Amino acid sequence: MRGEGRSTGRNGLRAASGARPFSAPRWFAVWQRNFQVWKKLAGPSILGNLADPLLYMLGLGYGLGRLLGEVQGVPYLTFLAAGTLAYSVMNSATFETLYSAFSRMHVQKTWEAILNTPLTLTDVLLGEWFWAVSKSLLSGLAILSVIWALGLAADFAMTLWLLPVIVLTGLAFAGLGLMLNAVAPNYDFFLYYFTLFITPMVLLSGVFYPTDALPGWLAAAAQGLPLTHAIALARPLVLGHWPEAPLLNVLVLLAFAVTGFLIGLALTRRRLLR
Amino acid sequence: MPPLVLKRLTKRYGGTAVVDDLSLEIAPGRCHGLLGPNGAGKTTTLRLALGLIEADAGEIRLLGHPLPREAGVARRRVGVVPQTDSLDPDFTVRENLLAYGRYFGLGRRETEARIPQLLEFAALAGKADAKVPTLSGGMKRRLTLARALINDPELIVLDEPTTGLDPQARHLVWQGLRRLIHQGKTLLLTTHFMDEAERLCDRISIIDRGRIIAEDTPRALINGHIEPHVVEVFGEGLAAWEGCARRLCRRCEYAGETLFCYADDPKAVTDALDRQEGLRYLHRPANLEDVFLKLTGRDLRE
Repeated sequence: MRGEGRSTGRNGLRAASGARPFSAPRWFAVWQRNFQVWKKLAGPSILGNLADPLLYMLGLGYGLGRLLGEVQGVPYLTFLAAGTLAYSVMNSATFETLYSAFSRMHVQKTWEAILNTPLTLTDVLLGEWFWAVSKSLLSGLAILSVIWALGLAADFAMTLWLLPVIVLTGLAFAGLGLMLNAVAPNYDFFLYYFTLFITPMVLLSGVFYPTDALPGWLAAAAQGLPLTHAIALARPLVLGHWPEAPLLNVLVLLAFAVTGFLIGLALTRRRLLR
Repeated sequence: MPPLVLKRLTKRYGGTAVVDDLSLEIAPGRCHGLLGPNGAGKTTTLRLALGLIEADAGEIRLLGHPLPREAGVARRRVGVVPQTDSLDPDFTVRENLLAYGRYFGLGRRETEARIPQLLEFAALAGKADAKVPTLSGGMKRRLTLARALINDPELIVLDEPTTGLDPQARHLVWQGLRRLIHQGKTLLLTTHFMDEAERLCDRISIIDRGRIIAEDTPRALINGHIEPHVVEVFGEGLAAWEGCARRLCRRCEYAGETLFCYADDPKAVTDALDRQEGLRYLHRPANLEDVFLKLTGRDLRE
């Protein structure tokens, strides 16, 4: 428990300070709370988060794929797979940190209840951040399983690198989501985020078509978007070659993740603990 | 050692001092009440005392720990019953307690061993597997109280613990709080209800505009600030009788259509009133509400 592990003795609180064989970080209790709730509602949640992108990928991949033939030298379905993976990971992290986190923070007052315990706001937001990433990982793994099952990937070993890409993408979008959540007055507010940021980004970042189809200035603007960098990492790994500028892609995603989280933390502190 | 010491605490929001040079010391094993009109600074004082927000000036010691620096450690031995319902609606009663235990670092087995006793305390035995939305308002409050006890705290902080409850439910919560006081716990509670404060609290601080304007035992507050008897007079011809009232009573004041007469000798007042056609009255001993209204005024605080 972060150096605060002195036993307070006398009233059975020893467990709070390390009676367990190893002491989990404090944010883990927040993660666990979300996991326990998710377990109860897993059915519809899995269907919504996982089946939806798969249907799009397979529908568009086979349907449009027949018309398009090959894109960048591979069948359209193969081209689309990496885009769908990144898109799906982004969606999971975004929905979890916008709508679900907002319910817990604003509607159910779950965060306020937790803040009355030894946990701090940093613990709460770390728990939420990592929880959203866990859900992203689940979405990403579902798409990845289909990629494996359909034999879309050129090199299996290389697709294992998609796992850290999924986590990194989840961290970036969950960080941004927590930032938005901190300033949201109500659920409707999130529509601005989707309409003004997420949707244009999906169209510009190369989910459905190569970005070189875009006018030069738009393609340049797309370089500032996190999803572009997630796809720049994911697509080559599916197609069986190394990304061109992996370090840049990783750094951009990390920057979005850390900046989003830290600004989100500061704004949430101002909102709840002023 | 006093469980909570606030020393010359000030908290400003946009230039207004919501808590204004406030000092307070809570005695161990006692129930201390914070009384005050809406916006008096009660909830802000509690949030400061828990280390949730930072004061602009002053010192806080919670269970010996300086705040906000050691808030996390101090809160391990504190239970909190917040004003608004914050139970997890997706969880059952038992799951709510288990999740809350985890925030204190309690293992599943440890919390589970405590649950039957907590449910019995909260009169929720047999409800362990009930979903939160199916509970009544009183049950939810009692579960919130049980949740605050999951870590066997030394100090329990309650923000308006019975607001919104019907009389039966309030009495049940009071019984629980008395049991806690009996067990030697220290309680700090805010309330609007004077009868609640009078029943439960060993000591009361009346807060207004961020300052403590009076502090004592309930009895001493009543004896020290107000005449022992109150006659509330209303009905036809009240204005004409007012002069008589002012002669017979130490203090009279209007609230709406009612004249509150504060008197040392109520007999003289009621005898005079018995001779008046059209006037009706209610004679009662002075209570904490009279003290409260005298000190904080009768204006609405909204």
